Amino acid sequence: MITKEIVLSNESGLHARPASMFVKEASKYKCDIKIIKDGKEYNPKSIMSILSMGAGKGNSIVIQAEGEDEENVVNELADFIQNKIKD
Amino acid sequence: MKGLGTSVGIGIGRVLIYKEPKIDIIKENILDLDLEIRRLEDALKKAIEEIDNIYNTTLIKVGEKEAEIFTAHKMILEDPEYIGSIKEKIEASNINSEWAVKEVTNFYIDIFKDMEDEYIRERVQDIKDVSNRLLKVLLNIETKDLSSIKERTIIVAQDLTPSDTAQINKEMVVGIVTEVGGRTSHTSIMARIMNIPAVSGAENITNIVKDNELMIIDGSTGNILVSPGDEDIVVYENKQKDFISLRKKLEEMKGKESISKDGYKVEIAGNIGTLEDIDKVIENDGEGVGLYRTEFLYMYRDRLPTEEEQFEAYKSVAEKLGKKPLVIRTLDVGGDKEIPYLNIPKEMNPFLGYRAIRYCLDNMEIFKTQLRAILRASIYGNIKIMFPMISNINEVREGKKIIKEVMEELRKESISFDEDIEIGIMVEIPAVAIHSRAFAREVDFFSIGTNDLIQYSLAVDRGNQHISYLYNQFHPAILSLIKMTIDNGHKEGIWVGMCGEVAGDEKLIPLLLAMGLDEFSMNPSSILKARHLIRNISKVEIEDILDKILNLSTAEDVEKFIDENIISRILPV
Repeated sequence: MITKEIVLSNESGLHARPASMFVKEASKYKCDIKIIKDGKEYNPKSIMSILSMGAGKGNSIVIQAEGEDEENVVNELADFIQNKIKD
Repeated sequence: MKGLGTSVGIGIGRVLIYKEPKIDIIKENILDLDLEIRRLEDALKKAIEEIDNIYNTTLIKVGEKEAEIFTAHKMILEDPEYIGSIKEKIEASNINSEWAVKEVTNFYIDIFKDMEDEYIRERVQDIKDVSNRLLKVLLNIETKDLSSIKERTIIVAQDLTPSDTAQINKEMVVGIVTEVGGRTSHTSIMARIMNIPAVSGAENITNIVKDNELMIIDGSTGNILVSPGDEDIVVYENKQKDFISLRKKLEEMKGKESISKDGYKVEIAGNIGTLEDIDKVIENDGEGVGLYRTEFLYMYRDRLPTEEEQFEAYKSVAEKLGKKPLVIRTLDVGGDKEIPYLNIPKEMNPFLGYRAIRYCLDNMEIFKTQLRAILRASIYGNIKIMFPMISNINEVREGKKIIKEVMEELRKESISFDEDIEIGIMVEIPAVAIHSRAFAREVDFFSIGTNDLIQYSLAVDRGNQHISYLYNQFHPAILSLIKMTIDNGHKEGIWVGMCGEVAGDEKLIPLLLAMGLDEFSMNPSSILKARHLIRNISKVEIEDILDKILNLSTAEDVEKFIDENIISRILPV
């Protein structure tokens, strides 16, 4: 199991369009992924879950993956959030 | 009655009151769990099929961006958490699908409805739209079919969901009236794209009118006439005819050149602020963008946009325009455009203060970041750089020096850019207009910013209502300054455009054409009208009376002269 903590820096965090972009991206991976915020677990393959997380700019979240290619998945998702998401 | 006009045009037709069917859900215990899950899955399949169909029709009838709403809808019906919770509920409590859908939907709506983020609050509407669709499939409730209306109809509703609007048959639906919603609601945006007149904010209208009643709506004024008299019908039928013939005439202007009757060709471009505006320029067949107000990239946020963010924005506009010119104005802040995180101190006279190029030359990091982003984007289209609020030649030289420095940096990093990028200035301060011959030797083009030029020349604060009567674009001194600027620019061989509001003023376009203005940049919705006007003017004819106009004494005289001698005589519009 691999985890990585990141701080959201884009303007609307994981609210607006970024939420749906992120869900589409996360759904590509087969392994078991979780997002943890304030001790609660969320499902990155679910738009409802990501939106109800209410993660805004400056919030810190943990990405956790377990299974096939877990290290790569965590790094790629972190990179996606930090560099590829646009408001 | 009156509402808010949200999509222009006149609609005359019979009322069809459209109400969401009432969905009653009863909690039932089920005996066969497998059967119930299969029932839910069949309903999901059917609802997704419906959404796919709506997506496809919207894509064809409206556009890609609007169709995306339905991608979001589909995403909700495929959401593992949402659907998973519904299934769990059915299995855990042996209850019917409808009840489970209702409970789980309410759970999410409760979470989302109090969130501060507007996007998420909006998703509540989408979740309701989607869950209602699913419930209607489960309950076999037929929705009033908006696609099979047979006579000219005005749809009257409390609100229309995106899926309702997308189904509308635009041949037969001649108007939409809703109780809620504003100009930016999904319904209004889609109505405008489909050219259906619409009025929103018509309080209680669904209770005031009855099905089949005759109704007239005016999408420009927001007027609603219920059971109109014969006279009203005649008046509005005429308005409708005029509107349709003008729209047709303007539609015919698409793809044509902006050329006067006697063969003088100009360029008609659009002013843009946000990225969405560029679609309006393209839709209205603009020949480029004469003013890209970049300050919108800096506004309504709490930190500076990064080079990357700016680059993406400039690049995407440049790519959409292809070979057509894109004039990017560097950051124009201060004055009335306050951006809190820039910490510009309060001033006695902000319009005459620390703003625009003055601010940029004093905040080199911000300025250079923007110039780097513009230059990097310059290989993706036909970009030109323009400095705002130039008041002396040193500012021009300093700005150009900075551009050279940034170019040198980029070369060192092996980043390509347009080496021959044109650099111009806004002429919006009287001193620059008067001394424009010297300025013209320093730059590749001028763009006259009439809004500020009028304010500074007439010493009238644009925002002060007490003296607004003094703010007048017909003032002979303003016209002389414009002419002087155009003449001086041409003497030094540069092109002269205009991006202030006067460029789209129908009464002044003939004069500007006669003065030799090369580029007119305006609100995108005025482009086709301006082209139509220019194609009906002979430049020489106006040139003959130009001197006379410039020698008139007052703004009122100028306007009257234009009305009597140009608008009513020369123009057959």
